[in-house]
Amino acid sequence: MLTILNTSLIGITAGSIYSLMALALVLVWRSTRVVNFAQAGQAILSTYIGYEVISRTNNYWLALPVALVAGAVIGALVDALLIRSLTKRSANGPLASIAPIIATLGLLGVIRSVVGMIWGGDLRQYKAPVSNIGFTFGHTTIPFSRYNLLIVITTIVVMIVFTVIFQKTSLGLALRAAAFQPETARLAGVKVDRIRTVGWAFAGATGAVAGVLITPQSGLSPNSLDSLLIYGFVAAVIGGLESLIGAAVGGLVLGVGLAFIREYVNSNLEFPSTFVVLLLVLLIKPGGIIAARRGRSA
Amino acid sequence: MSSQRSALLSIEGLSVHFGGLKALSDVHLDLYPNEVVGLIGPNGAGKTTLFNSLCGIVQAQGSLSLNGKRHDWPTTDELVDLGIARTLQGVGLFPDLTVLENVMIGATKFAEGGLIRAALGLDGKKERHLKDRAMTSLERVYAAGIADRRVDSLPYPVTKRIAIARALVSEPKILLLDEPAGGLGSQDIEWMNNLIHNLSATMSVLLVEHHMDVVMSVCDRLYVLNFGEVIASGTVDQVRTDPAVVAAYLGVQANS
Repeated sequence: MLTILNTSLIGITAGSIYSLMALALVLVWRSTRVVNFAQAGQAILSTYIGYEVISRTNNYWLALPVALVAGAVIGALVDALLIRSLTKRSANGPLASIAPIIATLGLLGVIRSVVGMIWGGDLRQYKAPVSNIGFTFGHTTIPFSRYNLLIVITTIVVMIVFTVIFQKTSLGLALRAAAFQPETARLAGVKVDRIRTVGWAFAGATGAVAGVLITPQSGLSPNSLDSLLIYGFVAAVIGGLESLIGAAVGGLVLGVGLAFIREYVNSNLEFPSTFVVLLLVLLIKPGGIIAARRGRSA
Repeated sequence: MSSQRSALLSIEGLSVHFGGLKALSDVHLDLYPNEVVGLIGPNGAGKTTLFNSLCGIVQAQGSLSLNGKRHDWPTTDELVDLGIARTLQGVGLFPDLTVLENVMIGATKFAEGGLIRAALGLDGKKERHLKDRAMTSLERVYAAGIADRRVDSLPYPVTKRIAIARALVSEPKILLLDEPAGGLGSQDIEWMNNLIHNLSATMSVLLVEHHMDVVMSVCDRLYVLNFGEVIASGTVDQVRTDPAVVAAYLGVQANS
């Protein structure tokens, strides 16, 4: 019984971070119909910037917002400088829908190399700002620490913030309109290009938060977020690639599912299972298990 | 209409090609303040293409003047800022959103600036202001009572009104209506006639319409398109008796 509880707790923490990465991918997919493989690169660059802040000031609480803003700026720049013109240039061509996606793959490689040139390939570490040791009840220590709690709460806060933005503000309304029917939104006066860049900025900020949160556990290297990209992508697909709630649920389902496979089946099967899940979802319910009704309301 | 008054919108020598196909050739059109002008012609005559070239959706050649000043053909993004609003043939609303949200989308030009504040919803006053504008616009089409309904729960004739409310909320000087009476029953058509007539007190209306009763009763002037060319223009009475028009269009309608 305790093992089931412990396994679930491990899964929830991992799943929270997968949700954040999934959310970052969903925000970009919704606004520009691009699967952003560069998200891992954008997040790693933002995290290194956060790491610089921590190594100079020893202050995690300063590093988190700095990385978040850096992530937003990087995201906005990627869209404004690369994706926007690429989408326009390749429109109607044979590569129309795929060219921007291939470009994000190229960008991932570029950012990784640049990060490697600046910071080197060694694994870097910084400490969690709060205890990483599990809570103890009587004589039992559970695999859930203050830091895990911070991760889960941060994820919940991010989800709430985005839900409020999308549902309650005129900016959110414009984001939804631009995602639904860009041409109609344009006719109605929505500055669709600008709004899409905002979507990329939001995604960049979210990816940065995921990177800064996971690093005390995973360490930091130019490739250290690659597997998170894959987990985030699978979580986003489970959630239907469209909805914020789908990303959250997809991340948790994947996180908990993989924790159980590692605990009860075989720890070597964790990574391959991710792809089995991806294939099963695509084969059985290609719209995702949490596909929002005609998509994009939340 | 008197040539002393300067036209709000003036088009000359408009041509549009789709590959080898000439969709519009050498089209001229003037729209004066507070008039309702109808664009008629058989299917495929180029009416919607003319709207699309005005909206930056198709590439146009020719000259355009707004308020007597030469202007590049607008891009879709700048239409609302130029005081031009358009409704679409297929209504073009967002089905998952409420009536109020749909109309508020048309008001985003009033929400400029303060991106971070907007993102955090801090600018409560501005948000309420947008909502008020949208409600006022809904009142003009007598739909304020259904502001919170989702659009996909409404009957078609009502959605046409919402589409007009969304166009009105940007406070246009020029309103382009694409088949406002299409798909409506006689009662709704009469209602639409009155609305268009009332709107002309504060703006100019250019409309594409197949429904001849509507065209004849609301329009001050007409342009008749056939195979991408203007074959006649003038007041409703002038056009009605123009032999070229009778042959190309009205005659066919009368016989069918």
